[in-house]
Amino acid sequence: MTVAQDPAMKRPKRGSWRYWFAAQRGVLVAVAIFAVMFAVYGAAQPIGMSADVVNTAVNKGALLALVAMAQTLPVLTGGLDLSVGMTFMLANCLASAVVSGSPGMTALGIVIVLVAGLLCGLVNGLIVVYGRLQPLIATLATSAIYFGIALAVRPTPGGDINGAFADWMTRSTYAVPSSAVLLLAAVVLVWLPYRNSVLGRSIYAVGSSPQAAYASGVNIARAKLSAYTLAGLFAALGGLLLTCITYSGEARAALGNDYTLNSIAAVVIGGTSLFGGFGSAIGSIFGAFVMRTVGDLLIVFNINPVLQPLFVGVVLLFAVSLGSLRLLRIRNKLDLYR
Amino acid sequence: MMTSKTLAKIDPAVLIAFGCIVLLLGIGSIAKPGFLSAAYLVQQLQTASFLGIIASGVMLVMLMGQIDLSIPWVIAMGGMMATGAEGILGHTLGQPLAIPFGICCGLLAGLVNGVGVAYLRAPSMIFTLGMNAVAQGLMVWHTGGFAPQDAATPLMVALASGHLIPDVPNPLLIWIVLGGVIVWMLTRSRLGRQIYAIGNKERAVFLSGVDSRKVTVLVFAISGACAAAGGVLLSGWASRSYQAMGDPYLLPTIAAIVLGGTNVLGGRGSYLGTIAGVILITLLQSILSVLQPQDYFAQLGVKLPDDVFRQVVFGLVIIVMMMLYGRERVIR
Repeated sequence: MTVAQDPAMKRPKRGSWRYWFAAQRGVLVAVAIFAVMFAVYGAAQPIGMSADVVNTAVNKGALLALVAMAQTLPVLTGGLDLSVGMTFMLANCLASAVVSGSPGMTALGIVIVLVAGLLCGLVNGLIVVYGRLQPLIATLATSAIYFGIALAVRPTPGGDINGAFADWMTRSTYAVPSSAVLLLAAVVLVWLPYRNSVLGRSIYAVGSSPQAAYASGVNIARAKLSAYTLAGLFAALGGLLLTCITYSGEARAALGNDYTLNSIAAVVIGGTSLFGGFGSAIGSIFGAFVMRTVGDLLIVFNINPVLQPLFVGVVLLFAVSLGSLRLLRIRNKLDLYR
Repeated sequence: MMTSKTLAKIDPAVLIAFGCIVLLLGIGSIAKPGFLSAAYLVQQLQTASFLGIIASGVMLVMLMGQIDLSIPWVIAMGGMMATGAEGILGHTLGQPLAIPFGICCGLLAGLVNGVGVAYLRAPSMIFTLGMNAVAQGLMVWHTGGFAPQDAATPLMVALASGHLIPDVPNPLLIWIVLGGVIVWMLTRSRLGRQIYAIGNKERAVFLSGVDSRKVTVLVFAISGACAAAGGVLLSGWASRSYQAMGDPYLLPTIAAIVLGGTNVLGGRGSYLGTIAGVILITLLQSILSVLQPQDYFAQLGVKLPDDVFRQVVFGLVIIVMMMLYGRERVIR
């Protein structure tokens, strides 16, 4: 319903640059904000924009970016996944237990972690689609379960990971951080093919209007199932990367919740509508980097560390309030209400 | 529209929730002999009343089809501002005004939430999330700038753990009074009807000549005040306030409200259901700590932290119960 009112959807002729610009507006705004913030960060950095600085920033940002990509898919269907943070943490705990030993064992461990992520997502999808529970409730409940399992896998922080694999994942080759390559691979190998497939397009249809999608013969169950399952995969990729960075696993409720909440913020900053049907995972990646750069900027400008959480909160509220500029364009007061 | 007649008919969700409470009491009495004693049950009700007071405000928000995710840090804000009032307002004002000051801070946070949701038309999920971060930031700043006063005043301790009426703990008394006011408000007052109506179709409410935005702001303010009041009581109960004191309350609050049959999309739900949900959640947590399932596993040679069972059972109970009565309609 909101999508119909969104001025971005007043379509000019297809194929013109205005059409592309209107469709990508949210992503472009996120990219612009990120570019400005990162340029300021690089300029203010005392040691300048060295490869190390970029590598550290990308590693940190990629974690949230993967979780935000995961969050994007259910949000596009008009749902929500409150368990992405816990899936991410479960993958982290699992990876700290199984991704070690010989190259063969390590590869098997990686597969196990990713399959576990897919399973978590599939369970969410099954409950939402066939259990017909509200996504909010269903994923709130599964987040508790996944946290419990993560705690069972790793009662106390610790564990280990194959050092060579972890080093390779977190370093830069020719000034290109491996985590950036991982993100690129997630976009090029998973997101873009999915987005351009019938299945991927159908999640946009379901998100815009489930009734219209049903009437047009879209397989709603399959669309939603695929969205939640892929979300699990992205979250598990993030958990794997976290293990490579920290060399250990930790089951801490605050960590998972923090990632879940920040992922929603990143999705919104990346221009995806929380009502579903409009947006993209690429925007969420930049949204995630914006969220992380805010924290880095505060460190560079030497702002009192106790003020940092406040700044992050204010930036988030400000970003959300920016969205209400659209209210100025509404002519009929009735359109304010749903 | 909900009329008092339809409210009088009890929702199946509420019946199932109360049925589960009886079932849990049965399991508890088998597992532990003293479980059904009056003293133990009153103690459970006292624990439940903190959750109940917090859930009261959030339930009103959910009846409008919105959600308030800012409660964890608004709870902490209520507690920390009440205990820190002496340092902020000075000794003469701070001592007597500690509790109102704490609740007012929560009210203010709720007010900002309401303005964001009603006037800026921001999705409540993300706006209240931002408010949660802001409240957290303010509290971290408050404790980081100087050493704050974190001891609860004698009045707060008395409110949280004293007995005004013999054998009835004060928090329970407060919950009963607050619950009574809310039941009256929801079933008998214009505001109550407007809340249900907004949850059903805000556009229709606007066309009926009601300024739904004012109602939304008011309800979010009530939610903030309830959460802060819960925080004040919790810090009285623990004799001090601390950061992240509200974190364990977000999931149980939402779970209690939806298990009580309130529709997340708004417009449907009764306060009786929320009471049932709150008691159900409290009993469930209590039984898991009585049964000690980790001991059975320890005998099998698998050592697991007790939180594993609490979390997994918690999640499973929510899913199973919502399957019984919280399913959405099939799209056609």
